[in-house]
Amino acid sequence: MSTRTLISPLALARPRGKAVYWTVFTGVVLLFALAFLFPVYWMVTGAMKSPDEVTRTPPTLVPQRWSVSGYTDAWDLMDLPTHLWNTVVQATGAWILQLVFCTAAAYALSKLKPAFGKLILGGILATLMVPAQALVVPKYLTVADLPLIHTSLLNDPLGIWLPAVANAFNLYLLKRFFDQIPRDVLEAAEIDGAGRLRTLWSIVLPMSRPVLGVVSIFALVAVWQDFLWPLMVFSDTDKQPISVALVQLSQNIQLTVLIAAMVIASIPMVVMFLVFQRHIIAGISAGSTKG
Amino acid sequence: MKTASKPAALPPAALGVPEVPRSAGRRTGGPWRRRLADQSRAYAFLLGGLLCFALFSWYPAIRAVVIAFQKYTPGSGGEWVGTANFTRVFHDPEFTAAWRNTFTFTLLALLIGFAVPFVTALVLNELRHAKAFFRVVVYLPVMIPPVVSALLWKWFYDPGAGLANEALRFVHLPTSNWSNGADTALVSLVIVATWANLGGTVLIYLAALQSIPGELYEAAELDGANLWQRIRHVTIPQTRFIILMLMLLQIIATMQVFTEPFVITGGGPENATVTVLYLIYKYAFLYNDFGGACALSVMLLVLLSAFSALYLRLTRSGGEDS
Repeated sequence: MSTRTLISPLALARPRGKAVYWTVFTGVVLLFALAFLFPVYWMVTGAMKSPDEVTRTPPTLVPQRWSVSGYTDAWDLMDLPTHLWNTVVQATGAWILQLVFCTAAAYALSKLKPAFGKLILGGILATLMVPAQALVVPKYLTVADLPLIHTSLLNDPLGIWLPAVANAFNLYLLKRFFDQIPRDVLEAAEIDGAGRLRTLWSIVLPMSRPVLGVVSIFALVAVWQDFLWPLMVFSDTDKQPISVALVQLSQNIQLTVLIAAMVIASIPMVVMFLVFQRHIIAGISAGSTKG
Repeated sequence: MKTASKPAALPPAALGVPEVPRSAGRRTGGPWRRRLADQSRAYAFLLGGLLCFALFSWYPAIRAVVIAFQKYTPGSGGEWVGTANFTRVFHDPEFTAAWRNTFTFTLLALLIGFAVPFVTALVLNELRHAKAFFRVVVYLPVMIPPVVSALLWKWFYDPGAGLANEALRFVHLPTSNWSNGADTALVSLVIVATWANLGGTVLIYLAALQSIPGELYEAAELDGANLWQRIRHVTIPQTRFIILMLMLLQIIATMQVFTEPFVITGGGPENATVTVLYLIYKYAFLYNDFGGACALSVMLLVLLSAFSALYLRLTRSGGEDS
């Protein structure tokens, strides 16, 4: 595990090298703690201060009296259970639909040789070139009045779920992975009498666990973190996800309560990150080595 | 990403007989009927995904161009107005401000957003202890919802109880207006965006740095290259491709910035932080001018697609020199 980097191991072994190394190491630890951990600490403890302590200058580093009323108030006053539940529903639905439809489509494009398959794949990849945010207004108009059936998906989780399926990046990741599965494996299953669906379900999917994991994380994080699109789709306060609700309610609410709500809104994703950190970090690092 | 394939799923008889015709014995009927059955099965798998792409990606792209030349009222359709939307949008004083801000923001984000993560990755790659800790900590802000980061920094920038000015006072520097000052607002937002997105870039640079063969450094050292020379003549050329890729991706991402100005400054003060996407949002939802919004979208689209095309070209042709 000792690959050679910029500084040679020899230079590091010298007393002077050691001293410099540990100085830099301590410096980086302190800097990281200050830049990335301290803001989080400040947020978590800020919510526990009293309303006048939090606006005091100079600020107190540690709350004088620890109180959780900021958190309980946020939970009740800002109706966080509703908004968290909305977010969970939106993210889970988008995730499941993406897994089902993107996997099926990627499998078809990779292994079933549909007519015009190349053209379809080209059309899908072209959407990678078109930045998604630049198209939000026409997308909003489409969702507000679907062509042919003239139904509106506004204020409906379907307005998040269905557009989420049109995720070219995830579909392409899946297709690339399926491409690597040798034909023989699938043909063997077919000879055994397995249908297409059966082959996908009991051979392709079990082999694809790592890529399905990556796609799942991307799908969940994308919906949980999104702001502009749900802001457009949900004008109805009761249906808004937590990101939109936070901003809408931030104007006229006590600072400690708002900060507490911010902490609560961050917990699910941060916990998911800490649980799956090895996979997430490996996934991001692996993505870069691909051209 | 590699999986251990499962040989258990293979019937032993099939392994040695690859030349058995596909799906032999399962289907009857002529070749035409078989092909039709194959095709309809393939399209059954494709249908859901295809429909979503058609509705929510392809159709809106076409519609953006169409509505850009229309006066559009939701519910009653549009009437053709030629290039009137474009001329109206051009003459909006916010138009110039929005493009200027977006370009400045992108440029600043590129300068800060390249230098900071690259140097961070360079230093982290040399550290031999607590590697996992550094990676987790640097990526933590990425997992905090962007809205929360924006609100958090809005609080830091608060002229009264904000931590940013407290920190300046602590080291006896003059305080700043941060996001509330017309000339500092944009930089303040760039700091937020960099803080929030740094993690991903650092991890990608780290992976790139780890793929540099150690012999190159050894050879450079034997030739008497000092630390700076090794960075200049080994590290940077070896990671040039990834650097270029990430820069292009960053341009595409930051030109669509919306959350930070919307949440922190509301486009102010004095339009100093109105971005193009923010203006699109305003046209659509404040002025109810969907034609104007689509005209702006088309402009942004054309510009960003050019960057995307460049990115795709580089990823296709690149690779070999990375």
